[in-house]
Amino acid sequence: MALSLEIVSPEKLLLSRAVDMVVIPAAEGDMGVLEGHSPMIVTLRGGTIAIYEGDRVADQIFVSGGFAEVTTERCTVLATEVLPIADVNRAEGEKRLAAAEAAYDAASKEGTEAEDAALVAIQAARAMVEATAG
Amino acid sequence: MPSLKALRTRIASVKSTQKITSAMKMVAASKLRRAQQQAEAARPYAVRMERMVAALSASVAGSPSAPQLLIGTGQDKVHLLIAVTADRGLAGAFNTNIGRATRLAARKLEAEGKTVKILTVGRKGRDYLRRELSSRMLDGISYAGKKRLEFSDAEEVANRVTAMLSAGEIDVATLIYNRFKSVIAQEVTEQQLIPAPPPPQTDTAETGAAYDFEPDEETILARLLPQALAIGIYTALLESAAGEHGARMAAMDNATRNAGDMIKRLTQNYNRARQANITRELIEIISGAEAL
Repeated sequence: MALSLEIVSPEKLLLSRAVDMVVIPAAEGDMGVLEGHSPMIVTLRGGTIAIYEGDRVADQIFVSGGFAEVTTERCTVLATEVLPIADVNRAEGEKRLAAAEAAYDAASKEGTEAEDAALVAIQAARAMVEATAG
Repeated sequence: MPSLKALRTRIASVKSTQKITSAMKMVAASKLRRAQQQAEAARPYAVRMERMVAALSASVAGSPSAPQLLIGTGQDKVHLLIAVTADRGLAGAFNTNIGRATRLAARKLEAEGKTVKILTVGRKGRDYLRRELSSRMLDGISYAGKKRLEFSDAEEVANRVTAMLSAGEIDVATLIYNRFKSVIAQEVTEQQLIPAPPPPQTDTAETGAAYDFEPDEETILARLLPQALAIGIYTALLESAAGEHGARMAAMDNATRNAGDMIKRLTQNYNRARQANITRELIEIISGAEAL
């Protein structure tokens, strides 16, 4: 119980407590953070944050993307949208996925920047759908 | 001396005005509480975001490829002023202060030979500035009829600013809003958004920790900065909303008190007139009786 984890959205401070380990969906692969981790700043893709207490997963929280700051004693997650896994709505995820794919098709004509943004959105929406699958 | 009937209607009318102002004061007080809570809730995110931006910008400082949102376009020609006001009036000098500050800032910049563009957030600012500076104004944004400010509202403003910057339409962006100092005091604040002001020199022990970045700094910054801009605007919008309710509460408190004073004075006049009438009638009766 040594790593202090904070999950913050612009609307409120969602969670602030000590945990044993947290696995965050970093942009380039899931990342487990324990106490004493070297300081890092990473971007997050859409996915599930798993909070470990002891050897079991105590909580799972879905984020649609954001940033995380890791220092030796704390891990701060900044995310625009944060939902407990139980509140993730599959239909909503599928709707967003469809919208994001449409946006991608439109963006592929425009240029790389819009395309990249659309890809990120697709990825986040897909993670939302997958999160409900369990 | 107005007639008794005129005084009576006058008193009744002031009384009903007083009821309205005191109701508005109560409404403003409860909205103020909610707005304050919301502003309070947004603070942790803003604080942490600032910390991350400080760490990142320290590591890309001086590099020519640093994103525009951080260092600007390198020019100082076209200024964007974002004036944040309320959508409703009856809040004392709340909206006028912002209008005046924006007007003065625009005049000052123009005297220096710069081009000014104005983006208003809130209906009252648009109405105020339209008279004089309409040629410099962009389409305003208004949240009239919205119950609660959401983060996405601030993102909308931020996206417009970012789009204008990358299209090369603006060089510098400044936010002018009412900072919530206390329930009765708001402070007109000018906050430069682009280029981002250099972070205050904090003790390097905290920020000096060398971070690893994944992916690289610039990719993170490119995603982080629009977010940081949005949260900056979001905080300002919330502060302004809290300030608006505070200002309205103070203004309505004053109005209620003034109405009370007025009712007292009118009632006194009314009683005096009534008594004078009675005395006059008595005199008429007595002198009539004596004349017989």
